[in-house]
Amino acid sequence: MSQGVEVVGLYVRDQDEALAFYVEQIGFRVHTDVRNGDYRWLTVQHPDQPSFQLGLFSPGPPVLDAVTAQTLRAIVAKGAMPPLVLTVDDCRAAYERMRARGVEFTQEPVERYGAVDAGFRDPSGNGWKMIQARR
Amino acid sequence: MTDDPASQDPELLRRLLRAKDRMDAASHERWPVRRLARVSGVSEAHFARSFKQAFGVPPHRYLLTRRIERATALLRDTDLSVTEIAFHTGWESLGTFGRTFRDVTGESPSAIRSCARAAAHELDCVPACILRAAHRPDLATAVSEKRRRVAVGINRSEHKEVR
Repeated sequence: MSQGVEVVGLYVRDQDEALAFYVEQIGFRVHTDVRNGDYRWLTVQHPDQPSFQLGLFSPGPPVLDAVTAQTLRAIVAKGAMPPLVLTVDDCRAAYERMRARGVEFTQEPVERYGAVDAGFRDPSGNGWKMIQARR
Repeated sequence: MTDDPASQDPELLRRLLRAKDRMDAASHERWPVRRLARVSGVSEAHFARSFKQAFGVPPHRYLLTRRIERATALLRDTDLSVTEIAFHTGWESLGTFGRTFRDVTGESPSAIRSCARAAAHELDCVPACILRAAHRPDLATAVSEKRRRVAVGINRSEHKEVR
C-alpha cells in the first residue's frame, strides 16, 4: 500500500520516558529517532504494523511557545486527549504481560458481548483501550 | 495559584487523574477524600480543591455521575432488578438511589430502562467503553441545587426531552 495514514502523533511529557514505556512495557519498536537542536522526531510502531508509526512528541519549542506547551501538557496529564485503541488477539494475556512490566491499568479486562477490553495509560496520561474483538 | 486550569502543575494533574481513574474503575466503592488524596499523593486539604480545579466538578459529584452512568448501562444491558442495580452501583438504600437518579436524569430508573432499550441497537458500531463515556450524565450543578430548582419550577433539564 503506497497511500494512507502513515504517522499519528501523541503529546508526551518526556520523550525518553515515553520511548521506554512504548518499547519496553508495551512492546513497540523504534522506527525513527532523530534530533535537530531541541527538536526530536521520535516515532515507534507496532511490530505487526510496519506501515504505521506512532509519533511521541514533546510540546515545546521550537514548534510551540511556552504557554501553549504548558496548556497541552496539562490537557494530556488530565487524560483529556482522544481515546487510542490497541487491538490484540488475547486481551487477558496481554494484560497480564503488560501489568507484570509495570503498565498502569485503569480497567481490568472485561468481557462485553464476546469482545474483551481493558484500559491503560501511558506515563503522560494518554489513555488506551486494549480490545480483543469478538471471534 | 489562579483558577486557570493550565496553571496547575502537569505532574499534579497526572496524579489527580489517577484518583479519577480509580473512581472510574470502582465507582461502587466508597471514596472518602482521605482515600482519594492518598491515591494522588496530596494532602486531604488540597485534594478536593485541586480536583475541582482540574476536572470542573468536586470529586464526589464526579463519583455520582459515574454511578448513575453505570446504573443506566445496567438498566439498559441487563435484566437485573432496580434494587440489585442500586446495590451493585454503590448506593446503600434503594430510596436514595431512586431519588438521586431522578434528580440527575429527570427520569425514574424504570423509565430510563425502557427508552434506552428502544434506542440501543443504533449504537452497535461504537466501542462500548467509549459509548459509556458519551452517555455520562452531565451533572454541572449539585444534586441539592438541582432539587432546589425543581422546587421553584425553573428546571429546564435537557434530559427531560429524552422520552
